[in-house]
Amino acid sequence: MAVTFQLNGQQVTADVEPDTPLLWVIRDTFHLTGTKFGCGIAQCGACTVHLNGMTRRSCVTPVSQVEGGTVTTIEGLDSKEAKAIQDAWVGIDVPQCGFCQSGQVMSAVALLREVPKPTDDNIDQAMAGNICRCATYVRIRQAIHNAADTLEG
Amino acid sequence: MKDSSSFRVSATLVAGLMALAASSVVADRHKGASAELKSPLAFQSITDPAQRSMALFKEMGKVITHPRCMNCHPRGDSPTQGMMSQKHEPPVVRGAGGLGAPGMRCTTCHGPGNVAYTASEGSIPGHPTWRLAPPEQAWQGKSLAQICEQLKDQSRSHMTLAELQAHNAEDSLVGWGWHPGEGRQSVPGSQKVFGALTQAWIDTGAVCPEN
Amino acid sequence: MTDHYNDTRPLFAHAGRAADQTVTGQFPTDDTLTGAERTDPALSRRRFLQGTAAMTMGLVIGMHLPSSAKAQSGAAVVMTDTVEGGFTPNAFIRIAPDNTVTVIVKHIEFGQGPATGLSTLVAEELDADWGQMRAEMAPANKKKYANTLFGLQGTGGSTAMANSYEQMRKAGAAARVMLVQAAADKWGVSAEDISVAKGVISHGASNRSASFGDLAADAAALEVPAEPTLKNPDQFTLIGTDVPKLDSRDKTTGKQLFTLDLYPDNLVTATTLHPPQFGATVKAVDSKKARAIKGVIDVKAVPSGVAVYAENTFAALKGRQALSVTWDDRNAETRSSAQMQADYSKAVQGEGAVARSEGDAKKGLGDADTVLEAEYFFPYLAHAPMETLDAVVQHKEGKVTVWMGSQIQTMDVGALAGVFGVEPGAITLNTLYAGGSFGRRAQPGGEFAAEAGEVAKALGSDRPVKLMWTRENDIQGGRYRPLAVHRIRGGLDKNGDIVAWDQQIAVQSFLKGTAFEGMIQEGIDGTAVEGSRDLPYAIPNLRVGQHLMDNGVTTLWWRSVGHTHNGYATETFLDELLEKAGKDPVEGRLALLGDKHPRYRGVLEKVAAMAAAAGKVPAGRQRGVGLHKSFNTYVAEIAEVSDAGDGTPRVHKVWCAVDCGVAVNPNVIRAQMEGGIGYGAGAVLFDAITLTDNGHVTESNFDRYRSLRINEMPSVEVEVIASAEAPTGVGEPGVPPVGPAIANAWRRLTGNSVYRLPLVPPSA
Repeated sequence: MAVTFQLNGQQVTADVEPDTPLLWVIRDTFHLTGTKFGCGIAQCGACTVHLNGMTRRSCVTPVSQVEGGTVTTIEGLDSKEAKAIQDAWVGIDVPQCGFCQSGQVMSAVALLREVPKPTDDNIDQAMAGNICRCATYVRIRQAIHNAADTLEG
Repeated sequence: MKDSSSFRVSATLVAGLMALAASSVVADRHKGASAELKSPLAFQSITDPAQRSMALFKEMGKVITHPRCMNCHPRGDSPTQGMMSQKHEPPVVRGAGGLGAPGMRCTTCHGPGNVAYTASEGSIPGHPTWRLAPPEQAWQGKSLAQICEQLKDQSRSHMTLAELQAHNAEDSLVGWGWHPGEGRQSVPGSQKVFGALTQAWIDTGAVCPEN
Repeated sequence: MTDHYNDTRPLFAHAGRAADQTVTGQFPTDDTLTGAERTDPALSRRRFLQGTAAMTMGLVIGMHLPSSAKAQSGAAVVMTDTVEGGFTPNAFIRIAPDNTVTVIVKHIEFGQGPATGLSTLVAEELDADWGQMRAEMAPANKKKYANTLFGLQGTGGSTAMANSYEQMRKAGAAARVMLVQAAADKWGVSAEDISVAKGVISHGASNRSASFGDLAADAAALEVPAEPTLKNPDQFTLIGTDVPKLDSRDKTTGKQLFTLDLYPDNLVTATTLHPPQFGATVKAVDSKKARAIKGVIDVKAVPSGVAVYAENTFAALKGRQALSVTWDDRNAETRSSAQMQADYSKAVQGEGAVARSEGDAKKGLGDADTVLEAEYFFPYLAHAPMETLDAVVQHKEGKVTVWMGSQIQTMDVGALAGVFGVEPGAITLNTLYAGGSFGRRAQPGGEFAAEAGEVAKALGSDRPVKLMWTRENDIQGGRYRPLAVHRIRGGLDKNGDIVAWDQQIAVQSFLKGTAFEGMIQEGIDGTAVEGSRDLPYAIPNLRVGQHLMDNGVTTLWWRSVGHTHNGYATETFLDELLEKAGKDPVEGRLALLGDKHPRYRGVLEKVAAMAAAAGKVPAGRQRGVGLHKSFNTYVAEIAEVSDAGDGTPRVHKVWCAVDCGVAVNPNVIRAQMEGGIGYGAGAVLFDAITLTDNGHVTESNFDRYRSLRINEMPSVEVEVIASAEAPTGVGEPGVPPVGPAIANAWRRLTGNSVYRLPLVPPSA
């Protein structure tokens, strides 16, 4: 079955089984490898993408559900929030192993778009679905605050 | 007793009755046949309408107090999941309209339908209107009688009993409870019977159980 | 008193000792077999050992990332020993005409920072500009890239910085000498009049300057100095500063390539289904349904279970779901965790092999005024790195090429050579950045490399095969932190002084039967008792007994290894003894340390001052202390804890003081302490791998094997003690103190001692 959707600003068509998780279409079909596999059951957030502007765990999203939709992966981020988040991340060296960080960044960008000046509670609520086994959480929190300050300033 | 049409329950009872077990991962290991849900006919032998109404609501209680339903009527701001009503993992909050927090809505994980996992047994539940019941329809920790009173209490509801019946009988989010996805025990009976019970309960005066 | 028991032994010193074993059989790879006897599960180990024995590495190994991965990332990494027009003074440095300095990093990078750290050492002595530095993973080559403490190529025991400190500085210093000489020759001036700063080579008198790239070709023609002079620490400009990490940008933009991200042309994706019990084997496979799935190429029985091959990941996963396998559990470990606890508990009632003895513990306890006794239970723990184990293996024209996050390259190469029946020289192993490890990738027997090799071999194709473990494979796949039971009895005299300590430890050994068995010395497995046998406190009568338990569950070092349970047991029990004696936890520890342990004292006094500076303990909270040395790094932590409202602890804050000798990059050290605290806290609070009555693992994914999440992460404040001592590791030592710090705070808050982990029962 062919599924057509917008992927990072381009219209793409994937000829795959309709129940193929979006994650594997992004990775196996389109070789966009920034989006990671971590658990397969929406527990870890490593596979987070934006679907129609909202965070979505691509590992539990059958590709048939994104027909006609707009998907953005870490490779396609292009907004002032994304720049602020990614610069803040690099600025205080958030990543350790780095494997979860695409998902962390995707969630953080989505948060900042809705809540320009997030509180610690906002951050907890938006980011609790993204596991980091290296436990870079102290810096993730700081980097989100830093990014918010940048955007405000 | 007031006119039943003036009793309103929350519109989000939709979610209420059915946004149940956001049981995304803690699968019910013991699937299998659900307990039976008796039809209203089974209560015809009770001659006293009030007694019959109470009995009907108790029967409805098999659905209402099932973890599939209770899990999304939490006392606090976070749903529970699974047959043991454990904490929802990952932690989530109600957010505006019971739809989750900015950056992590219910829809971050729950899509328009149940999705079976590809690397293990079980599934993540889904429905187009997946959400948490409103705080005024918190059920967890309450007796069936208290839940009943709460449903009828106008100050806490904005759904008439007729609307409640329609939801119980027809709303597809309510109906999810009977189609909860792989690895999850469904609520007893069928939505049709549940709707009929609700109608019969209303028809007999919508009397709440005493305890 | 602790010198005799310290951790300075080479961690892998005796690897390869059992290397004379031979291969005795062949695995069937035909999935049609039914009821067939499976071969000895120890076979793959023996094969690996044979590989080790025959190991002679090629000198130069090229590394080519598969083409589509290159295209994706833009990171067209092609590693060779030389670079056109460039300068390769040694195996660790490549200076290109474009003025980039690439450091060939012999230690795998999975977040602990060696790419940045080792590059810092080179840049320091080279006087390079940090902006021109790049890092690249070294190929597998034991001769060039051995861990100088192990004698083989591998990363572990928090040794990356310790064993590289001089080596990498010398590499940088040698390159600098050559570049300076090249400039001197070119300009006709004396090398002594040339200075180098921030990547610019200049001759002040003639106002001439050049970049490294300008002089790279000339320098390449010069002789490499054997013993270049190293800087004095007071001349350092980069060491000791927070240079930005080299990999942060790529890891923030999704560009960093991991093994999972390799998509070479013609790739086959494989998944494996493992037996549901440790030691069980495949009896029969019905693969009909799996083969019917679109995209599934083949199904094969392999030594580790059953492999499903497909054209894409989804088909491979669906194919695995569709398998129907009958297992032979005759040799399986079928005990539950509860039964193991009972067995271990029985053992610790007796006296084990003596790991340490001072005075007379038995008499001391008999004479004591008060005796406190506790029995601790530590569950199995999975490492659960974010990137599950994976590898790409291609067997083509007699050559085997492998891409994986290899942590002990020498062992992985040996295992692969054994699988394919080739000389190790025929194996090209490319180490990729890995998504975490925490010990999981450091496999004494190269078991995962062997599995990936077996899977590729069984397909019988020259297509590259990517084996990807799912999270279920990972959580249920063993190589856990061992389950352990400690029984401790402590005696106080009537002044409240600790006069006796008897600690009996029951735990299984993951070294026994491996090439690393030589680490077990005089019957004592250091990984079982480390952190207890080197207890620094002055206790006149002290005994540590070791009971090595047989167990069919596979185990492995888990971030800080034996210190995870030994540090917890000793520091919580000591704290309770101090409380019973009415002593302050900090002052009481300091008194027991006396004047023999300045570095222990230093971190403890520092962390106490940090917590004190934060002010009074808020109402409803308590603080607890943990002090522990591991891998020659001293760490003290204080945790501030409250009741979350549901009878479970909430950790608000952790103060941490660390003494790891020279702080090469304080920012990386702080990050490792933060991460170690989060990793350790998550395990102590939430995690257990639990076996049921027939030996099945209850947990399978992050839903039940919980990971600490951001809302559970305490704020962390770290101070790095200034030191001129040789640098020691930071990857692991942040972990051991946090568990006892939390449990001690919890006991002071609630009166409840925590003898059983995790602190939050799974049902809560």
